[in-house]
Amino acid sequence: MTATPVETDWRRLSPRMLVIHPFQEVVRAAPALIGLLFAGSSSGGEGHLWSLVGVGIMVLFGMLRWFTTTYRITAEHVQVRKGLLNRKVVTVPRDRVRTVDVTSHILHRLLGLARVEVGTGMSDRKRGGELKLDALSVAEAARLRVELLHRSPVADTPPEDIAATGVPAVVAGAPGADETELAVLRPQWIRYGPFTLSGLVAVGVIAGFLSRLASEGNVDLGQVGPVRETWRWLSAAALPLAVATVVLVLALFVGVASTIGYLLAFWNFRLTRHRGGTLHVTRGLVTTRATTVEERRLRGVEVSEPLLLRAVRGARLIAITTGLRVGQGAQRGGSMLLPPAPKAEAEAVAVRVLRGAGDPSPVTVPLTTHGSAAVRRRFTRAFGVHAAVTAVLLYCWLWSDLPSWPGLTMVALLPLTALMAADRARNLGHTLASGYLVSRTGSLVRRRVVLECDGIIGWNVERSFFQRRAGLVTLTATTAAGRQGYRVQDVALAEALRIAAAGSPGLLDPFLAGGDAVPAAEGQVRR
Amino acid sequence: MDNATLRPPLNRVSRTAIWYWTTRAALGWLFLAAVQVVWLVLDDGDRAVHVAALAATVVAAVAHVAVMPQWRYRVHRWEATPAAVFTRSGWFKQEWRIAPVSRIQTVDSRRGPLEQLFRLANVTVTTASAAGPLKVDGLDRDTAQRLVAELTANAQATAGDAT
Repeated sequence: MTATPVETDWRRLSPRMLVIHPFQEVVRAAPALIGLLFAGSSSGGEGHLWSLVGVGIMVLFGMLRWFTTTYRITAEHVQVRKGLLNRKVVTVPRDRVRTVDVTSHILHRLLGLARVEVGTGMSDRKRGGELKLDALSVAEAARLRVELLHRSPVADTPPEDIAATGVPAVVAGAPGADETELAVLRPQWIRYGPFTLSGLVAVGVIAGFLSRLASEGNVDLGQVGPVRETWRWLSAAALPLAVATVVLVLALFVGVASTIGYLLAFWNFRLTRHRGGTLHVTRGLVTTRATTVEERRLRGVEVSEPLLLRAVRGARLIAITTGLRVGQGAQRGGSMLLPPAPKAEAEAVAVRVLRGAGDPSPVTVPLTTHGSAAVRRRFTRAFGVHAAVTAVLLYCWLWSDLPSWPGLTMVALLPLTALMAADRARNLGHTLASGYLVSRTGSLVRRRVVLECDGIIGWNVERSFFQRRAGLVTLTATTAAGRQGYRVQDVALAEALRIAAAGSPGLLDPFLAGGDAVPAAEGQVRR
Repeated sequence: MDNATLRPPLNRVSRTAIWYWTTRAALGWLFLAAVQVVWLVLDDGDRAVHVAALAATVVAAVAHVAVMPQWRYRVHRWEATPAAVFTRSGWFKQEWRIAPVSRIQTVDSRRGPLEQLFRLANVTVTTASAAGPLKVDGLDRDTAQRLVAELTANAQATAGDAT
């Protein structure tokens, strides 16, 4: 593929989708269908007939979607036309394309298909302007990815230039020569699987499936043999034994499910840098996913350590990018740069992703602590919340018919609250290093945010009545990337202003007073 | 600069804003009290609890309406230089916000029904970050229009997509 002609003809999705749609709908309606099998017509299955009709209608709509969806790529825009009665054209300027996400579920893979999602920054959340093509052939999807992101070998060409020159040169999509490998999954990392707790989702899904089966399929779970036997055994056993058994079985199940989840999500994980200025993540055992992020949209990284993972010295690495919102449903996995892995490895990859990032490295540099006032505040807040909850529970016990054990449990949990407050206080830290703002907070999930100062838009300084008395503020660096704002919690006001002034040189100077700050010149100020 | 602090922004909002905030808060409390009165009349359970709750609402409402608007007026200030926008807002919890003019994406001015009643307007300056809109409440209309015009002119002078 050397040069791409200007394409203005409307293209269709892969016709193989006509096979997938009916299948997907049948899978979605599975609980109802299984219920139909169980119940048969003996219980007057009119409801089931209706759900069958519903499935049929959904299949029809799915097929209609194929006939009504077309897309095209012009020199300036990516356009998707869709809808039957409500025709709608989604147009995205090509220089606003920030990420391309290629996903293949198992059915897609069997048929050689891939779903393409184009991320465009701000428009994601508003107006539902996201661009989703479900689905193209794998080759077509790969071609589209290259076409959309590898416009120019010079990564920092401003978008205006690309628009001006018409169709930019497309870098050849062949892997190998143009790519440098930054990280690959090592099999021994799978030992972190049980500590991710992703298996809890599996428990939820199974519980949801069973409850739907029970309600829609009219299956009485209490009548199923094994369930009844287990219940009888548990009721017969002593209470501590029963509780211990249930906890053990659940822990075992969650651990195994989490490990399987880890394997499914991150098998074949590979992070590469393309010479065209993009980071490329591929992963997945059954469902494969490939995410491409433009490097010039990368504003930093986040090393995140959930408590369990921290206990075994593991960490994940998350990208802070404009166009990918952290924690937004399907996009959530898109910003993952490294799955749970040894913390040292996560830090090494972070440095590679940030291209060295200078010395001292912001990823590992020691942090400035926030002092005794911030520590006190962690404790007063933790104990305050704890006391409030305990008071409500005890009040309910005294004045209404709530049993006493919830209140007593809360009292017994007091040392745990103290431990958490101490951990939160210990984890607080911040610094500025080599042009990056570094901030660390949290206990249940400890996050170390490394944010490029150039990516910081503005600063918010927030102070509650109580913070004011403690002489502290919460400083927020606002940015267009990731969580949109990154906080330095409970820092002394003077220190907060020092960070902000150093992070955005010149921005704060006219507004500072006291110390050795330059007083505001009359001419600069609007009256 | 151990004792460095942010000086307050130069401009206060219109004095009428105190009445606007008072009315807005009072309306909210009135609605709550009305709901409680209706409940008191319709429900024939324990009258004492209802009356006590209503009394608590009235006390909280009076305190809030008496204190909040004055306090807010003293805190809420704004300033626009050719390089940056600077606001201070809140009352019990206060917040300074600073954004460079080069990163401004939109400048909106809105007048809700209550604001129209007091001939006021607010101005919201948004940046590419969802966490950082700067809002100036309770400006008189002329000042709001002037501010919008000035910010728009300044923002247009800078290029780039402001991310």
